[in-house]
Amino acid sequence: MKARHALLALQAVTHREVVKFVHQGGRLASALVRPLLWLVVFAAGFQNVFGVSIIPPYDTYIPYQTYIVPGLLGMVLLFNGMQSSLAMVYDREMGVMRLLLTAPLPRWYLLLAKLLAGTMLSVLQAYVFLAIAALFDVGVPWSGWLYALPVLVLSGMMLGALGLLLSVHVKQLENFAGTMNFVIFPMFFLSPALYPLWKLEESGATVIHFLATWNPFTHAVEAVRFALYGQLAPASLAIVIACLLVFFSLAAHGYDPQRGMLKRSGRPGS
Amino acid sequence: MPDLPASTAPMLQLHQVRKSYGANEALKGVSFDVAPGEFLALLGPNGAGKSTLFQLLTGLFNADGGEVRVDGHNMQHTPVQALGRIGVVFQQMTLDLDLSVEANLRFHARLHGIADRESTSRIEDVLQRIGLIAQQHAKVRTLSGGNRRKVELARALLHRPAVLLMDEATVGLDPASRRQLLDEVLALRDQGVAILWASHLVDEAEAADRVVVLHRGKVLTSGSPAEVVAHTGASSLASAFLQLTSGTPAPANA
Repeated sequence: MKARHALLALQAVTHREVVKFVHQGGRLASALVRPLLWLVVFAAGFQNVFGVSIIPPYDTYIPYQTYIVPGLLGMVLLFNGMQSSLAMVYDREMGVMRLLLTAPLPRWYLLLAKLLAGTMLSVLQAYVFLAIAALFDVGVPWSGWLYALPVLVLSGMMLGALGLLLSVHVKQLENFAGTMNFVIFPMFFLSPALYPLWKLEESGATVIHFLATWNPFTHAVEAVRFALYGQLAPASLAIVIACLLVFFSLAAHGYDPQRGMLKRSGRPGS
Repeated sequence: MPDLPASTAPMLQLHQVRKSYGANEALKGVSFDVAPGEFLALLGPNGAGKSTLFQLLTGLFNADGGEVRVDGHNMQHTPVQALGRIGVVFQQMTLDLDLSVEANLRFHARLHGIADRESTSRIEDVLQRIGLIAQQHAKVRTLSGGNRRKVELARALLHRPAVLLMDEATVGLDPASRRQLLDEVLALRDQGVAILWASHLVDEAEAADRVVVLHRGKVLTSGSPAEVVAHTGASSLASAFLQLTSGTPAPANA
């Protein structure tokens, strides 16, 4: 694989993702309305219910809105990551996937190109959300915008890779809504997106606390939260990277011609 | 393969290719070659294994046994080199309807590592050739079925493949569009491209240099259209095909 060829292919895949994103005018709006509803409505109603004590990375009492910003950034990444898997399933049904997979490039590279293109859109949306949050006076330190970039990219890739992995197994678009409910909502609620995990521990929900600590999304949110305040969360970051590698390897394996992505759905003769 | 000089070597080689889906044997050891400048028609009724064969030929998955070689490159072991030498028109349309003709072609060119400056001139050439240069900037959605197919043919030629695979490419086209597409492909044959044309329509196979009849995962017979007719003792290729695939005792493999 020559570097120039690899870059041209990345350009092809990215360009197509961007054009599709722009064509679907509602996508950006719906990607932003969801976290903004949480930020503006939910957080307003709950800010006096949840008292958030001083925990790292915060060095002072913070309003509830500020607490949930990293979780909502995670939500943007999570939904867009799942959206990219939906796009894979759609492309497979439309046959465009064949075009991609018969290109003279290693299959893992084509998947990586897809992942990078989707992550780029995820991260852009995350920044648009940050900007709107700032307009609502729920800001993070300006330096955090910069520090968060690598962590948002890694977290976006990890969640996108999870989407790719799901697209190996979800064969039809109709099944996708179910997958969303089984993946997105448990991941989001079993995480420190809306409340610090010690609250779960404190209320005796040990099983839920245990599940939350094993949830990759938890670590994406925490890594982003620390990065926004210029701090490193090494354990969370390591888990995000490890999950990214595992999810991507499994997805690449799933699209391997030896196993055959069409093996189970493909039937001879039709 | 490497011990043969390139000029006489077949461009596409299948050797004892087998593929099963669980207990269902879709391909039971299929072998044939396509030479440069040869038009080979792969005839088979629905369910003969043509689609499975195409999935193996395009590297979408691997054969359980046997091998596929494109210009000497093994599809299983060196898929990148092998895929770089083939152009494919899939049975199912694979164009982005909301993008222009040019954007669809550009996407493919980039996937094949052709830089934009080069692909701009190639796209113009190939659209001139198929008579769609006026539609260069039109959205694919506005094109007729026949013209969409032509765009897919144009796309398959952008990277100048040595082997062209056409999988039931005329399905859903009117007779005039079918004829045009066939004529385009025959012209490519004359330029030295090796062509594998899969179909269940016998009349399209009449124009072929060689016919391979595939039935229930096996090659029943192969030869020129006249040879296949003579071999079965039928009056036409159509009746020879019916006779071979209708369950009447077939002669041993030719």
